Amino acid sequence: MSRTDRFHSDAEVQWCPGCPNFGILTALKKALSELNQSPRDLCLVSGIGQAAKLPHYLACNFFNGLHGRAIPTALGIQAANPQLTTIVTTGEGDCYGEGGNHLLHALRRNPDLTVLVHNNEIYALTKGQASPTTPVGEVRGLHPQGLDLTPLNFPAIAVLHDAALVARGFAADPEQLKTLLVEAITTPGLALVEVIQPCISWNPHPIAWYRERIRPVPADHDPADKVAALRLLDSPEGRYTVGLLYRGRPRPTYGDRFRSAHGRHPLAELAPPPTAVVDQLLDAFKRS
Amino acid sequence: MMDCNIVIAGAAGEGVQTVGEVLADTLSALGYAVFSWQEYESRVRGGQNSVAIRVSEAPVNAPVLEADVLLPLNSGAYQKYVSRLNPGGVLLAAEGYRDPTLVVPFREIATEEVGLAIAANTVAIGALAGVLGIDPEALERVLDRHFQNKGPELIEANRRAARLGHERAASACRLADACPWSFPARDQRYYLTAGTEAIPIGAVRAGCRFIAAYPMSPATGVIKYLAKHGEQLGIFVDQAEDEIAACNMAIGASFAGSRAMTCTSGGGFALMVEAISLAGMTETPLVVLLAQRPGPATGLPTRTAQGDLLFAVHAGHGEFPKAVLAPSGPKEALHAMVRAFNLADRFQVPVIVLSDQFLSDARFSVTDFELDKAVPESFPADPAAVSRYQRYALTPDGISPRLYPGQSEHLVAADSDEHDPDGHITEDLAVMVPAMVAKRRRKGEALQRAMRAPEAYRSEDADELFLSWGSTRGAVREAVDGLRAEGRRLGMIHFSELWPLPEFDWPTGKRLWNVENNAGGQLSSLLARRYRLSVHGSILAGDGLPLTARTIRRIYNEQN
Ligand SMILES: Cc1ncc(C[n+]2csc(CCOP(=O)(O)OP(=O)(O)O)c2C)c(N)n1
Ligand code: SF4
Repeated sequence: MSRTDRFHSDAEVQWCPGCPNFGILTALKKALSELNQSPRDLCLVSGIGQAAKLPHYLACNFFNGLHGRAIPTALGIQAANPQLTTIVTTGEGDCYGEGGNHLLHALRRNPDLTVLVHNNEIYALTKGQASPTTPVGEVRGLHPQGLDLTPLNFPAIAVLHDAALVARGFAADPEQLKTLLVEAITTPGLALVEVIQPCISWNPHPIAWYRERIRPVPADHDPADKVAALRLLDSPEGRYTVGLLYRGRPRPTYGDRFRSAHGRHPLAELAPPPTAVVDQLLDAFKRS
Repeated sequence: MMDCNIVIAGAAGEGVQTVGEVLADTLSALGYAVFSWQEYESRVRGGQNSVAIRVSEAPVNAPVLEADVLLPLNSGAYQKYVSRLNPGGVLLAAEGYRDPTLVVPFREIATEEVGLAIAANTVAIGALAGVLGIDPEALERVLDRHFQNKGPELIEANRRAARLGHERAASACRLADACPWSFPARDQRYYLTAGTEAIPIGAVRAGCRFIAAYPMSPATGVIKYLAKHGEQLGIFVDQAEDEIAACNMAIGASFAGSRAMTCTSGGGFALMVEAISLAGMTETPLVVLLAQRPGPATGLPTRTAQGDLLFAVHAGHGEFPKAVLAPSGPKEALHAMVRAFNLADRFQVPVIVLSDQFLSDARFSVTDFELDKAVPESFPADPAAVSRYQRYALTPDGISPRLYPGQSEHLVAADSDEHDPDGHITEDLAVMVPAMVAKRRRKGEALQRAMRAPEAYRSEDADELFLSWGSTRGAVREAVDGLRAEGRRLGMIHFSELWPLPEFDWPTGKRLWNVENNAGGQLSSLLARRYRLSVHGSILAGDGLPLTARTIRRIYNEQN
């Protein structure tokens, strides 16, 4: 049995044959194997979309919840059991669109999560409408005259708000993506990994079109340099730059204070407080 | 039986609440059953608000609007509230707004005789105590505690202010021969507490370990209490970015094995509705406290209503079992929270607990919380007893064994898509989808069998029954007693568990009236649907104020 097979799932894969989503799945399995993770310690959380189906396709605990709501669900899971390796697998429609507010506020909380965003620049599951990253001018189902909204640059937003790690990978390069995922999963705090994931059914461009444009982070780029990371992400080439873009300074993660008082065990292991504790709370309401 | 209602009115920021709190605490400390409720405008300064303090020997825990003693702190408050003063009641004020008024110039006494202008309210508290014949030392003990962090000089100044107010009012009372009351110390001690405190304590009792919520009146007090006390008790508290996040966070925490809840009011609950359906589909236990206020939309943020019963019952797209509870007071609310967590855990469903602004903010006197009858029960599966784990295993009662992720080798899956027993997406319309639909229905039937019948009060020999639910219980019982005294043979059937409605043997041949603090008669439509009952008449309010016995009796008499 190869090491990636530890994560084998029998569920029938619903992705189109040849979809680069398979590359992301392979990269994730490899990263988890390399980190010697076991399925029982792993919890994948997703919303709805093609990308969000990923948790079904590897052996793990998972919560496949509502469109856009993977991050809050993952926060609850993290709060309840910080011993789990919690990974959000999501599409850009799910995570930057419907659930954009949650990602913004997750940046404030800095939970120990990896957020893996499959960015295919469209809503694939609902048949190719524009998403928050669709380029201006593209003709889409609900934009027959061409899209006149500008795309969101969430990696730049994440850098601005000191995410623990911001990286971008390419679904057709699972080896590099695996390396980035290993970094992301082992970094305490919120790691945003955006993946360029061409959709071969609804996208106007073939994978080769992307391959021509993809470029690595410049050799002299210092991921600790926030201004350099922002400049890179804001440049015309920024959209297709892959690699480790930014590493934020270490700062407290979600629930640190609570956990330093109560330890890291699952909340499920705590018994309800004894009656005397409740009596004491009630006694505050007896006047004398 | 002694029964005295004191109303204090004034602008927001003028100290109405403090005056009311100190008086209520003093009377409670003397061993009386106090019931205090407040109504206020949705603003931080100005407006006119009131606190009503009803005192008796045994708990009545029901509001009355009419005042035996009225203390307006300004002339606007006098104008707004004087119509509530009973004939023969005492008007206590700083100025002679009308004749007779017991005039005690609070502000002048504070500035000139105490030398501390801000002590005017303490002069007023003292004056109230004088009118009521309260021992000034009992008041002093409460005041000292109230000002304990302010230093000895301020404590001394406030003592003096209270004494001066007391003396001045007591002598004015003697002159006018107007104040028949006295409150000698009694042996009894009641808890004086509001829903906003009993509800979070109920959550603590239930073993709740996680709450996420977004502030919205009148639910904010619940998360505020837990933010203050929860962390040291081992409860993880988070202010979410919105109600959608709050509800999904609670579901995540619950999936991971923690007892979890959220709280909100109508508008926020509307945002949670998709997640309530998610809890139903993923079979994740969830407790949602819905503190009602009048709607639609933003409605009346600081007022009360029972307008969201049908909304709660119907919350969530698709078909799935859920429970809706509606406690009537703080003790019942504490018990309802424990019950909610137990039901959610046992049936793996969302449970909605309905309170309202009245139940949240009013302070009730409770003799005993009977914690021995509010016991947390959980229904975990044993990972060792499972060979091949299926989160959604098909079982006779529809309830599948629940494990949490990381607990054991067994992998735990949850899916908002229609799924197979393993939690994987299915579109097998021939076999799997109907099996899952039937499983959730069986669970709903089992839940229905576990629901509690309504409470019957003086119903045996009654010709007519008031049907009520939630926080109006005290007022309805009082109305029943009052109408009985007038010769009417009335009784009450009161619902605290509203969905799914259990089997119930309805007495036949009685005239039925639904009594609700809403305009549409939401309970009656539920009862019509479930029991094919039709009511003879409706006693409905929905004006933003709590229902009182007097209002109920008036509307009843108008229709007879
Ligand atoms: C509340 C809600 N609104 C809309 C949808 C329909 N919907 C499902 S997936 C999706 C977009 C998914 O886009 P993305 O996250 O980019 O994933 P992709 O399918 O492209 O991988 C939409 C609009 C839904 N399931 N729920
Ligand atoms: S629709 Fe596009 S994104 Fe979805 S599986 Fe097919 S190719 Fe991949």
